[in-house]
Amino acid sequence: MAQRVTVIDYGMGNLRSVAKAVEHVADDKDEVLVTDDPGLIAASDRIIFPGQGAARDCMAAISHHHLNRAVVDAAQSKPFLGICMGQQVLLEFSEENQGTKLMGLIAGRVRRFPGGTAPDGEALKIPHMGWNRVRQGYGHPLWQGIAQESRFYFVHSYYVDPAQQELVAATTDYGVSFASAIAEGNLFAVQFHPEKSADAGLQLLRNFLNWTV
Amino acid sequence: MLAKRIIPCLDVDAGRVVKGVKFVDIRDAGDPVEVARRYNEEGADEITFLDITASSDDRETIVHVVEDVASEVFIPLTVGGGIRTAEDIRRMLNAGADKVAINTAAVFNPEFVKQATERFGSQCIVVAIDAKQVSAEGEPLKWEIFTHGGRKPTGLDAIEWARRMSDYGAGEILLTSMDRDGTRIGFDNALTRAIVDAVPIPVIASGGVGNLQHLVDGVKQGGADAVLAASIFHFAEYTVGEAKHYMQDNGIEVRL
Repeated sequence: MAQRVTVIDYGMGNLRSVAKAVEHVADDKDEVLVTDDPGLIAASDRIIFPGQGAARDCMAAISHHHLNRAVVDAAQSKPFLGICMGQQVLLEFSEENQGTKLMGLIAGRVRRFPGGTAPDGEALKIPHMGWNRVRQGYGHPLWQGIAQESRFYFVHSYYVDPAQQELVAATTDYGVSFASAIAEGNLFAVQFHPEKSADAGLQLLRNFLNWTV
Repeated sequence: MLAKRIIPCLDVDAGRVVKGVKFVDIRDAGDPVEVARRYNEEGADEITFLDITASSDDRETIVHVVEDVASEVFIPLTVGGGIRTAEDIRRMLNAGADKVAINTAAVFNPEFVKQATERFGSQCIVVAIDAKQVSAEGEPLKWEIFTHGGRKPTGLDAIEWARRMSDYGAGEILLTSMDRDGTRIGFDNALTRAIVDAVPIPVIASGGVGNLQHLVDGVKQGGADAVLAASIFHFAEYTVGEAKHYMQDNGIEVRL
């Protein structure tokens, strides 16, 4: 069935890659929109909420585009996929920019990587950039067809630490074991970039388009 | 743990992939979209395009190349060559690039790197460094930054320069040994190690790869986070997949 998939555009980061990857896996009849229009967001079947950059800038951009309400409504009502900063801003508070209040849809904090050195002597450089393993916590529909411990592409210096551990849908190790995916009801949010994670990433996006909550 | 990355590099001239040895004998190596798609299927972790077009008329061509590739290949893409202004960066990112590599413009205007990282974020700003050994035999090793394909010395010490670029917010260093580029005798691993030890950001080793052991040496001896190579992949001497298996067999963590 044809559906409308909307990538929320609030001026943070390059959304073309996200839209192109979604178009690549979408049905020909599906409509893939990139917009900041709250009306179109409300009228969409599925929402993808990406984001890049610093926490404070992201929060400011969401306010500037008058998207708080639209994002909260979507996150509570329809299949919703947060990516990178689009995952982090869902929590309550980030350590970034001397402390930034976030949207507060999910209890918990966003913390900075400790850095330092891994047990094997490798430097844990910040940002955490490159392909790392994603350990699926349980059989969520968005993991369908994706091998356990598949590698996805990450670029970030902060990670989410949800208060409720049962929301953790996947973990990744980088000095700490952090929540590389969280899930609650119709909401799924990932720290990595599925749109840049080759076959595994495309499969996750395909699963998102087929997800019935 | 993070995998060490293999990055095939495509030199693009007037919309075609080319590969020259020391800037002569340029051979046509195909259509960028076809080549990028093949590398993606073989398991490349990223792809870097260097726009080597001399004529400004053809500058627009690379934007279309990036657009075409980004519509079909879903791994990180970096574009370098002729990136001089914030507008150049914006156009490349909008076309679908994830990162841009700044080289000559950084040397002539270091503040440009600072402005670019503040505006676009460190994660998408790579500083490309072309370095050449200037110490004589028996002296402590020393490398200098060169521009214009290794022809023009700048007087800048490579290690100090890398530190400064890192301080200015660069997200990554693409380090090319001008002594080794095109020689196929292996990376300058002493150079890579010196830069890796000097900066807290990832370093991509480039210049000199002739066989798969060179990739292993770049990681193990040089300490590189990623290795970049062009000709060994273009002419199908090795596939990216073979390179990854070889690295894994040598105890290096890779994405397979």
